[in-house]
Amino acid sequence: MSEGKGVWVFSDVYDLTLEMLGKGHELADKLQTELAAVLIGGNVQEKANELIKYGADKVYLVENPALMHVQIEPYLSVLTNLAASYKPEIILIGSTKNGKPLAARLATRLEAGCVPDCARLDVDEQRRLVGERITYGGNAVAKIAFKTKPQIATVPARAFEKPQPKERNGQLIKLDVKADAPKTEIVETKPLETSSVKIEEAEVIVSCGRGLQKKEDKVLLDELSVVLHGQVGSSRPLAEDRKWFSEWVGLSGHKVKPKLYIACGISGVIQHVAGIRDSKVIVAINKDEQAPIFEVADYGVVGDLYQILPALKEAIKKQLQ
Amino acid sequence: MWNETFNILSVDLLRRHTVGSESSLRRIIVCLKQAVDVSQLKVDPATRQLITTSAPRKISDFDKNALEEAIKIKEKLGDTEICTVTMSSEDAKPVLREALAMGADKAYLINDASFKDVDTYGTAYILAQAIKKIGEYRLVLCGETSLDSFSGLVGSRLAELLGLPQMSSVRKVSVEGEVVTAERTLEDAIETVRAKLPALVSVTREINQPRIPSLMMIMKASKKEIVNWTATDLGSEKEKLGSKIEIMEVLAPKTERKKIKITGETVQEIADKLAKALIQEGVVGR
Repeated sequence: MSEGKGVWVFSDVYDLTLEMLGKGHELADKLQTELAAVLIGGNVQEKANELIKYGADKVYLVENPALMHVQIEPYLSVLTNLAASYKPEIILIGSTKNGKPLAARLATRLEAGCVPDCARLDVDEQRRLVGERITYGGNAVAKIAFKTKPQIATVPARAFEKPQPKERNGQLIKLDVKADAPKTEIVETKPLETSSVKIEEAEVIVSCGRGLQKKEDKVLLDELSVVLHGQVGSSRPLAEDRKWFSEWVGLSGHKVKPKLYIACGISGVIQHVAGIRDSKVIVAINKDEQAPIFEVADYGVVGDLYQILPALKEAIKKQLQ
Repeated sequence: MWNETFNILSVDLLRRHTVGSESSLRRIIVCLKQAVDVSQLKVDPATRQLITTSAPRKISDFDKNALEEAIKIKEKLGDTEICTVTMSSEDAKPVLREALAMGADKAYLINDASFKDVDTYGTAYILAQAIKKIGEYRLVLCGETSLDSFSGLVGSRLAELLGLPQMSSVRKVSVEGEVVTAERTLEDAIETVRAKLPALVSVTREINQPRIPSLMMIMKASKKEIVNWTATDLGSEKEKLGSKIEIMEVLAPKTERKKIKITGETVQEIADKLAKALIQEGVVGR
């Protein structure tokens, strides 16, 4: 598959498909090639027009009741078949829990390279796709180019802006592709008990770490976050070790980029920092003057969160009036 | 391309295979990576290069969870042999001793200087070759991703190369008879899936708390075997090991933060100053 043209995007999460169309459009323009979205599912045709509005020149649609649930073998067989027939030069796949294995296995079937979780993407003067990703537990950013085609990269949610939709022309290509039978069977799907609003979407996050002594003290963060119209988050130890939270902010949890991130009693290990690096303003409140979180904060307060948080809440309330 | 008939046939063949010569022994394969301990990495401030050569090595955290889970399954089912498989361009014997002390029965190390520039494809290819050489197995367990490179691709690539049913992002797993059942953590749901053995499962860190081996276990482990293979021993094709990607640079990110310390005589004063700063930044209020 050395020759190829076109930039493709695919994700099992619809919003992520739209975000990738924005980036895909930019890459396709630079390469002077076309942008296509791959739409796979049980009943998804209604979305095709919208994908065109968001920038797709072509939409490859594969609809089949067997594709109602995202399962690896059927989806993989369809993607492999399409890629082998049309030979795109770039395939961007949404880095979701189901998307990433799909990308890895598609790359393996096609004996191609794969660069996961690219927060930045560009093409170089040799028309190669170049991806940037966090590595070494947040200690470094790696810049990686491809030697083989198709160039398969996965893209995390919210790495790129959703483009503005507009009326434009595009082509819908309906394909009848046979899907392989799944090798695993879905027994049950239970919605996760998470806060109704996703933390990645919060504009303000008040987050706590091991400096919080009791689960009940979370109320201090709740009260400040109400004033700031924000959400409360936590670092990994409070979620995984103490089980006070069901999810956490950090490289292995949620990567966030709010306008304001307030880290309370968080020491700032590199994995946590990697998850908040794209925040606009970072505030650190910590008793330990030596805590590494101060190195990555815009504003640092050496002090006790139990005193600072209530005072900060009142100060903001007062000054906003 | 695989079709349904072939899938069913292959599962059936593999199953018959497993009740063959080693009928009483169930084998679990655990893939272990020797990773750079990222918490002890140093950066050269002048060049922003990572100093990886002198950084300590350890079993990648997620893989330790996979090993712990294998040990738990063995404790429940009995008659199980746990084999770990590691591919590395470096000698990884010291960290494999820890795996044996935890409870692995046998460690396989595929060690070859030529692995230095191998990417995730080559890694999975070598692991697949090694697993095929080890023999029959019921389950392959992997960590969801690795501590250092954090790619999270090798488990999936391996499932593809071995043609196994795959379950990723698994926070709970159980084996009963010929069936493996697992709970996957998706973005907004928990999905329970099952498959016939053999299968590949990659686990998250929330699945368990890996045990710390006792002195007794450490001493016992010194008698266990570490099998050392090279790429040639596996009859691997050289072209499969060629990297399909080119790592152009790996640099510590630039931190461009203001690092302003807010100080004051009283908590009140500090809070007022911080509130003012945040309002001026335009990140507070509507």
